[in-house]
Amino acid sequence: MAEIEGTAHVLGDAVDTDLLAPGAHMKGSIEELARHCLEAIDPDFVQRVRPGDLLVAGSRFGIGSSREQAAQALRLLGIQAVVARSFAGIFYRNALNNGLLAVVCPDHEGIEAGDRLRLDPMAGRLLHLPSGRSFACRPLPGHLLAMVEAGGLVPWLERRFRAAGRGPRT
Amino acid sequence: MSMGRTLAGKILARAAGRTAVEEGELVTCRVDLVMLHDSGGPRRVAPILERLGVRPWDPSRIVLVSDHYAPAVDAESARILDLTRRWGREHGVARHYDMVGICHIVLAEHGHVRPGMFVVGGDSHTPTAGAFGAFAMGVGASEMAAVLATGEIWLEVPQTLRIVLDGVPGRAVVAKDVMLALCRRLGLGGADYRVVEYAGPGLAAFDLDERLTLANMAAELGGITGLIEPDARTAAFLGALGMELAPEELARWRSDPDAPLASELRLDLAELAPQVAAPHSPAEAAPVEEVEPAPIDQAYLGACTGAKLADLRMAARVLRGRRVAERTRLLVAPASARVWREATVDGTLATLVEAGAILLPSGCGACAGYGAGLLAEGETCIASTARNFKGRMGAASARVYLASPYTVAASAIAGRICDPRPLLAEPVGSVAEEVRGG
Ligand code: SF4
Repeated sequence: MAEIEGTAHVLGDAVDTDLLAPGAHMKGSIEELARHCLEAIDPDFVQRVRPGDLLVAGSRFGIGSSREQAAQALRLLGIQAVVARSFAGIFYRNALNNGLLAVVCPDHEGIEAGDRLRLDPMAGRLLHLPSGRSFACRPLPGHLLAMVEAGGLVPWLERRFRAAGRGPRT
Repeated sequence: MSMGRTLAGKILARAAGRTAVEEGELVTCRVDLVMLHDSGGPRRVAPILERLGVRPWDPSRIVLVSDHYAPAVDAESARILDLTRRWGREHGVARHYDMVGICHIVLAEHGHVRPGMFVVGGDSHTPTAGAFGAFAMGVGASEMAAVLATGEIWLEVPQTLRIVLDGVPGRAVVAKDVMLALCRRLGLGGADYRVVEYAGPGLAAFDLDERLTLANMAAELGGITGLIEPDARTAAFLGALGMELAPEELARWRSDPDAPLASELRLDLAELAPQVAAPHSPAEAAPVEEVEPAPIDQAYLGACTGAKLADLRMAARVLRGRRVAERTRLLVAPASARVWREATVDGTLATLVEAGAILLPSGCGACAGYGAGLLAEGETCIASTARNFKGRMGAASARVYLASPYTVAASAIAGRICDPRPLLAEPVGSVAEEVRGG
């Protein structure tokens, strides 16, 4: 996967799945749910976010429930990647499984909302363009990046099954 | 140099078809049991399986539970429940528990979990099954679909964080207090996807209902699973359900004394006070006496952690002969139909109702924010649930405190956050008056 570039939104620690995918909107479509993403802590987030943006967060991002709509909502809003000091285990799996890049970056001090960033997930490097500072991230192994690039676990499995001669019965 | 093995390592090695696995190693495990519920289950996985053109690899290994949207409160919930039912039927899932309780409790009380099993569930509190010495992890819907398609899942063999419980808990100190104290100590998610193994002499104080709470809230600690070695109590519980545990099984599913641990944390139960977690995180916990006695609009006894038979009995001990405060409502949603039945037979529910409790259907209800018992803007609630995230139980400005059933019941009587200990010590009647007046 090549380097990606985008504008930062900055969040704190322990952003939980109820903030990302509020229970009150879980019955509706994912599009409807995504409109309420993070509204409990940042009512304008959905208005401000632009396709290609990056989320920069503190520790244990995505703690809480196993609902993968939390990752899907971010992806639907166009978030290219979440860069966090650490992730909650289930969310981390869900993000990659849903084609949302999740990169662990233990130190990203000084990044502010609106800053331009360049991320190399394979090499494990986050570049803060305004200052030219570079932050070390945990590199993502090639096979996981390939899965993310394929759009997530399901499209990736689809390929695998096709290759093995199993596939949708039409 | 022979290195001992953790219980988690032994279970994963068995599930991976290996004699041993190393921590940090990537392994692929065969899944013994899959738990699906109405929210993350068929409605999410069916379209994925269709797209993949596959059916579940082994319906006899699936337990399907309708609890999150049950009973339906609107047409959309009804549609989800209907879809769940049809999917179960079409795919030959014989074990569909339709509106008979919360998934994790249903699994336990029907004896679907036994020591050494590798369980994958479509819910973050799947670790509850770890109370029986099973490795039980929660996953999202895409991953669940992959499990259903293949019968397998990959994972990195996790390290084990052992929590050693010492001492004997004092009055009104129960598993929920242990977990809230641990959430504060480790921080929300502080276990960082390690196995949370509970051990130590203090475990003797906790029966299976209480152990379910310990294992369940490993999720709040961010553990991949909670784990408790099976013992005589486990054997007795399963024996009563007609599942005999052989002595070899009890001997096999334990951590070796020299097993590698990421860390060990000790908690002296004797020094623990009843805990209350302030909004909006279980990690905001503090001893009840340090918490502002905030007025309570709603007290809620519900959820997989807070409405089992043991939980309702705790509440009944406090509520017997007393009345819920005038401006407070006490809502009780028993965790399952079986709990409902047993709490009816032993008089627990009558005690709660006489005290002014309103009974709600079994199911996730207000805990997930999908069912009955939601909160208005600005309201304050004290709940025996596992999570108090902002907006989870209704309006975003509602404030939810977490506590044990004892503390929830005491707070319902006082109309504000209240220490249950005096209510359990004094003769019934006088203290209630005093508390309400104060
Ligand atoms: S009761 Fe609450 S915590 Fe338990 S499974 Fe249902 S929604 Fe999840």
